[in-house]
Amino acid sequence: MIYDLSPLALVVFAVFVAVTLGLSFWLGRRTTSSAGYFAAHGQIPWAVNGVAFAGDYLSAASFLGICGMIAFYGYDGFLYSIGYLAGWVVALFVVAEPMRRLGKYTFADALNARFNSRGVKLAAGVSTLAVSLFYLIPQMVGAGVLVQPLLGLPHWAGVVLVGVIVILIVVTAGMVSTTWVQFLKGALLIVFSAVLTAIVLSRGFAAEPPVAPGRAQPGELRTVGPLAGSAAAPAAASQQLSDLVDEPLVPADAGWAEIDFLRTRDPATGRISVWARRSGPDGAVHYDEGQLLTRTADGRVLVAGLPRGRGEGEAALQPVGSVSRLPDGAEETGPLGPIEFFRTVSDSEVRVWRSQVVAEPGGGQSTVYYPRPTAGSEVLRPGEHPRFAGIRTGDWLDKLDFVSLMLALFGGTASLPHILIRYYTVKDEAAARKSTIVGIACIGFFYLLTLYIGLGAMTSGAMDPTDSNMAAPLLARSIGESLFAVVSAIAFTTVLGTVSGLILACAGAVTHDLVDSFRREPLSEEAQVLVGKGASVVVGVAAVVLGVLFKGLNVSYLVGWAFSVAASANLPALVMLLFWPRTTRSGVVASVLVGMASSLAWILLSADTYAKVYGLPAADAPTPFSQPGLVTIPLSFAVLVVVSLLTGKKRAEE
Amino acid sequence: MENNASPRNISRLGLRLFAVYAVCYTAFVLTSAFAAPVMEREAFAGLNVAIVSGFGLIVLALVLALVYGVRGGGKRHDTPHAPSAGGAR
Repeated sequence: MIYDLSPLALVVFAVFVAVTLGLSFWLGRRTTSSAGYFAAHGQIPWAVNGVAFAGDYLSAASFLGICGMIAFYGYDGFLYSIGYLAGWVVALFVVAEPMRRLGKYTFADALNARFNSRGVKLAAGVSTLAVSLFYLIPQMVGAGVLVQPLLGLPHWAGVVLVGVIVILIVVTAGMVSTTWVQFLKGALLIVFSAVLTAIVLSRGFAAEPPVAPGRAQPGELRTVGPLAGSAAAPAAASQQLSDLVDEPLVPADAGWAEIDFLRTRDPATGRISVWARRSGPDGAVHYDEGQLLTRTADGRVLVAGLPRGRGEGEAALQPVGSVSRLPDGAEETGPLGPIEFFRTVSDSEVRVWRSQVVAEPGGGQSTVYYPRPTAGSEVLRPGEHPRFAGIRTGDWLDKLDFVSLMLALFGGTASLPHILIRYYTVKDEAAARKSTIVGIACIGFFYLLTLYIGLGAMTSGAMDPTDSNMAAPLLARSIGESLFAVVSAIAFTTVLGTVSGLILACAGAVTHDLVDSFRREPLSEEAQVLVGKGASVVVGVAAVVLGVLFKGLNVSYLVGWAFSVAASANLPALVMLLFWPRTTRSGVVASVLVGMASSLAWILLSADTYAKVYGLPAADAPTPFSQPGLVTIPLSFAVLVVVSLLTGKKRAEE
Repeated sequence: MENNASPRNISRLGLRLFAVYAVCYTAFVLTSAFAAPVMEREAFAGLNVAIVSGFGLIVLALVLALVYGVRGGGKRHDTPHAPSAGGAR
């Protein structure tokens, strides 16, 4: 799709950034001590901290990634909503209050409260950096992905823009300004998600029946069929298609010979149409018109065989996503209640869009985007996304992969350093608990809305078939340009809030865990703030560089990595420290290091990484399934127990 | 600082609520993974098990959090130095 620069989005975003930075500089005048810079003096009111939890946690992956996944695959995206929220139960009931009581600035503080050991600090500090950097990369990549369509800037400019703004926020007032940015962003995100949901429910659904070739307006996507003598051989069917649309077939060369798509060319305009074959339940054959995006060997981009653009002799991809049939053949539903909404989807038929890559002769590559009319009841069940399709097959390893992911989401939240440091910004354990409850309420409410927003986007007719991350902003565009501007600006600020928290977590780890463990005397208060600010700049610049380098990598995929590493490295040590009095210093260090190393190694050797990062065949990967949690979390627990028993005994003997 | 982080510092109420949620979440994950067709069945009011259980888990988290909040986190925080009034032992 071709995006225009939205001046309103630019204005809304500029206002938000100006308010944020103004607040940061104003608050920054009062931040001179370490407790102020890293923990806001523990003076943040619990209700504000609770909303800031939501602002910290609901990253681009939540808002853009989950809504996009639901818009393209239905219920599967909602599995992430469920898993991400479940993690907060661990945070509230197990981690929140002890964290507040035991620590001061960093996650390592709490872990080290009993031991006062350099090794524990160092291990926890390194694991904080590793997890936070993994989390940072997708946020920065997400920023770049967003600015391209929204502000009309290239990818790197978006990454640099976010980097500069965030570094300013973090360097001026540290945790104080970060908290208020997250509060503002969390509140806006939840309010506007509720607005979007209300509009989706009040406008209901409208059916868009298939467009027959004779009735099509220019640019409309057609459906041909049912073809006569539907059991006929493919050759006869393709000739029938060609006759019905009155366009000659394009010969199937290179990759086209191996797949089930047909192409026809309009002799007058040279426009190529691509057709996906579909057999109905009664065996009747239909052809649905898809969309064709080609990258030629010399780097040109063609749409439907024509140069991309809106002018004469050019073509652009059409927005997609619609309801093809409503219950009882209705044309529209009118306003729907929250339960009626799902019932209606379940009894309808929806056109979801899939894609397939085809090799072109001479080294180019085409992507075919094609509609697949799907029963609504299939959209509302798990297992449609390729990542989760395994739960519908008989393969046990695929099922374990799914369990492993859900385990990492459950255990990961309570082990994310940038979430944990938010427990030090409130005055006591009661406030930590209350703010977690507010956080759960905000985050849970938002996740409930994701299913309405995602399904609303799926049927809005406004989806970009090439980019699922744009689903939520494009849903807003189908309602109105001003809502699009506001939602886009909020999506962008979503990145700001989360990135500030991550950079501060890294800076805290560098200042309090790493630098301190190499010094005999602790740093002075002023020096701590100075080191923290310096570390923020360095981490911020590193995040920008990584964001540019990792352009094109799937955003939600990387967030999954961060959860797995956090759950494997941090959770066992944290939990055992609270529940098992015989836990020793060496046990904690070994558990953190083994958890981190094993989960990282597993990820780097997984089929997912082989296919998506290295471009190697997935079957060559040595790990049996892609998600490490199911193996590495128990491994890390086991290492802690064994090492603690060994070292505990040794100490007793001495 | 020594033994500050002993098990009695965790509230018994919190652990009970956590156990309730963990059982429900585990049931949801295992059903999705090993009995996926169950998720497609109608639960009630025309909604399938996947929707009802997914929404149910999110609402359950909210409810448990509120119970915990109303009960003051098992009251442990009020007596940080006393031997665990109402805390787990």
